[in-house]
Amino acid sequence: MFPKIFKIASVASLTSLAAVGSAFAVDLEFYFPVAVGGAAATTIEKLTADYVAANPGVNIEAIYAGSYSDAGVKALTAARGGKPPQLSVLLSTQMFTLIDEDVIVPFDDFVSADEQESWINGFYPSFMENSQTGGKTYGIPFQRSTPVLYWNKKAFAEAGLDPDVAPANWDEMVEFGKKLTKKDDSGNVTQWGVRIPSAGFPYWLFQGLSTPAGAILANSDGNKTNFNDPKVVEALEYLVDLSAKHGVMQPGSIEWGPTPKAFFEGETAMMWTTTGNLVNVRTNAPFDFGVAMLPAKERRGAPTGGGNFYLFKDSTDEQKDAAVDFVQWITSPEQAAVWSIATGYVAPRPDAWETDALKAYAADFPPALVARDQLEFAVAELSTYENGKVTQTFNDALASAIAGEKTAQEALDQAQATADRILKPYR
Amino acid sequence: MRNSARHQWIYAWLLLSPAMIFLITFTHYPAVQTVISSFFSTARGRRESVFIGWDNYTTLMADEVFWKVLVNNFWYAVWTIPLSIILSLAMALWVNDKLRGRGFLRMAYFTPTVLPLIAVANIWLFFYTPGFGLIDQIRGLFAYPEQNWMGSPDTALYSMIAVAIWKEAGFFMIFYLAALQTIPPSLREAASIEGAGKFYYFRRIAFPLLMPTTLFVSVNAVINSFRLVDHIFVMTEGGPNNASSLLLFYIYEVAFDYWDTAYAATLTVVMLAILTTVAIGQFFFLDKKVHYK
Repeated sequence: MFPKIFKIASVASLTSLAAVGSAFAVDLEFYFPVAVGGAAATTIEKLTADYVAANPGVNIEAIYAGSYSDAGVKALTAARGGKPPQLSVLLSTQMFTLIDEDVIVPFDDFVSADEQESWINGFYPSFMENSQTGGKTYGIPFQRSTPVLYWNKKAFAEAGLDPDVAPANWDEMVEFGKKLTKKDDSGNVTQWGVRIPSAGFPYWLFQGLSTPAGAILANSDGNKTNFNDPKVVEALEYLVDLSAKHGVMQPGSIEWGPTPKAFFEGETAMMWTTTGNLVNVRTNAPFDFGVAMLPAKERRGAPTGGGNFYLFKDSTDEQKDAAVDFVQWITSPEQAAVWSIATGYVAPRPDAWETDALKAYAADFPPALVARDQLEFAVAELSTYENGKVTQTFNDALASAIAGEKTAQEALDQAQATADRILKPYR
Repeated sequence: MRNSARHQWIYAWLLLSPAMIFLITFTHYPAVQTVISSFFSTARGRRESVFIGWDNYTTLMADEVFWKVLVNNFWYAVWTIPLSIILSLAMALWVNDKLRGRGFLRMAYFTPTVLPLIAVANIWLFFYTPGFGLIDQIRGLFAYPEQNWMGSPDTALYSMIAVAIWKEAGFFMIFYLAALQTIPPSLREAASIEGAGKFYYFRRIAFPLLMPTTLFVSVNAVINSFRLVDHIFVMTEGGPNNASSLLLFYIYEVAFDYWDTAYAATLTVVMLAILTTVAIGQFFFLDKKVHYK
């Protein structure tokens, strides 16, 4: 027994000696979350391995950290315990929370002026809205998405609509929706016109209504919200009326999970959901479908979503340099193209769309371009200091209006008052 | 003589220490630390945590969501505890009888317990789905309109309660089944000679003999009514507008979504107080009515 333990111990000490001996290699820990399906995890691991193979001086351990919220909890807990990862992909909306906790540093200090221009300024501006504050860049866009409208061409044709034209504005969505809503003999609905999932976090798709209405929910300093702006109220009333007045959407809060299935089963003729579902819909829809930008009101508009790279504070300068170098590499056009094709996330830089790989992909599957084109009109996802609390307050207000417990105006006035109280210390 | 007495002391402490060390590190120390944290503010970045007295408790009293989840938790307990106990007892009596396919029935009743709650929640998610979910498909056969079970504030909490009962009853059934089999058959024979009916036998003989099990099961049911919240994460995330949120779920939300750990500690103190009171009550008052052999 004992000799065996000694043997293991001596092997262990030898390997640790070897690790020290391998000449000043920089070790990095990198947390990543996966929100949809399996391809994402293997792709990240493969990309990381490719980078390590090409850069012998650096060791990167890519650690799968669960869902977005799991990864956020793990990274913050590790940072509070004094052992943060050097690098992590977390929700773009967590920027203010991470700054408030004093655990991240901006990327600007670790890039040259040239790189600032060519790299940081080379991302889509709408993705940078959630990544910069106070003139500093805290996040680098990576697995980013935006919601789009999917429509069932077969159902459109059956309802006497042009199967190749999606509703361009709010009025058309209601009008099309009425034609698409089918009832059986006993008056029960068998096919709804449209489905906008709202359970859990209604605020995200709601931004697909408030933005076209002309409202911006929070300022870029993350310390002031506009929840009871008349345009926000108008957007919420429209959402509520889809079920309550026009009867084109199932009433009550609507689950995200079964939404694609509802679309495949013909339970709804149109659905709003993330571009992250593009590959899923392409594989599983038993009919021809189309993908369009969200309908317009005063303007077109949609939120962005998804995750950014963050650089953690508690690490050596060598580690930070190495981490920034890795992020530059993985967001470069070729890598971004590989990533985008494998997952359906929107490649975050215009130059990535110039690569042969993405050009070929887009030619083969044009709906992939809709999300990219919508970026021109997209705005930041709702994000403030005390983000969890403020967003939940807003979610509760939306949910109570959707459930018919309060009017849109009442619910939003209350949410604004609560948000003001929470954000006061940050002004 | 003195030496051996001291040896015995050391011996006793050595025997006690493993359990004690674990209990203190993982139960008592965290509980005390929770109470202490509830009197401090949450540390954020460079702002240190400071002593703020009863401030967190004042916030708690004014927190609408807190009162809402407390009321929800009350109804959750009121429905899940008696219903799961009655159901488990009925199932145990049923599968304790000699009937064909008894083994299969027992297994069927126990299956929900074996499944992880997260998996269960995902299954129920599709039962409840409006339109093409199992429940609505069955309702559809009778031309009922579709019903948004989890998406409407009136039914969301009750949907969660149904899942919890379904999950728990099979587990409690096992305890009742074991207890039923320890009741000597001679009692039943004696009762039938005396002419006691089946129901009379259950009311006056079997049920009193099952009381220790009922106590055990009810303590567990009470704890579970505060603890069993995993399905809420999967199914409703507490929504819509906190209609299906429970105390423990709210604590998690405050601690790991809002990162307000001090306030989460305050909420935890409330939960500890409730559970302690209920447990003490059960043991001291109910214990008198329990008949041990």
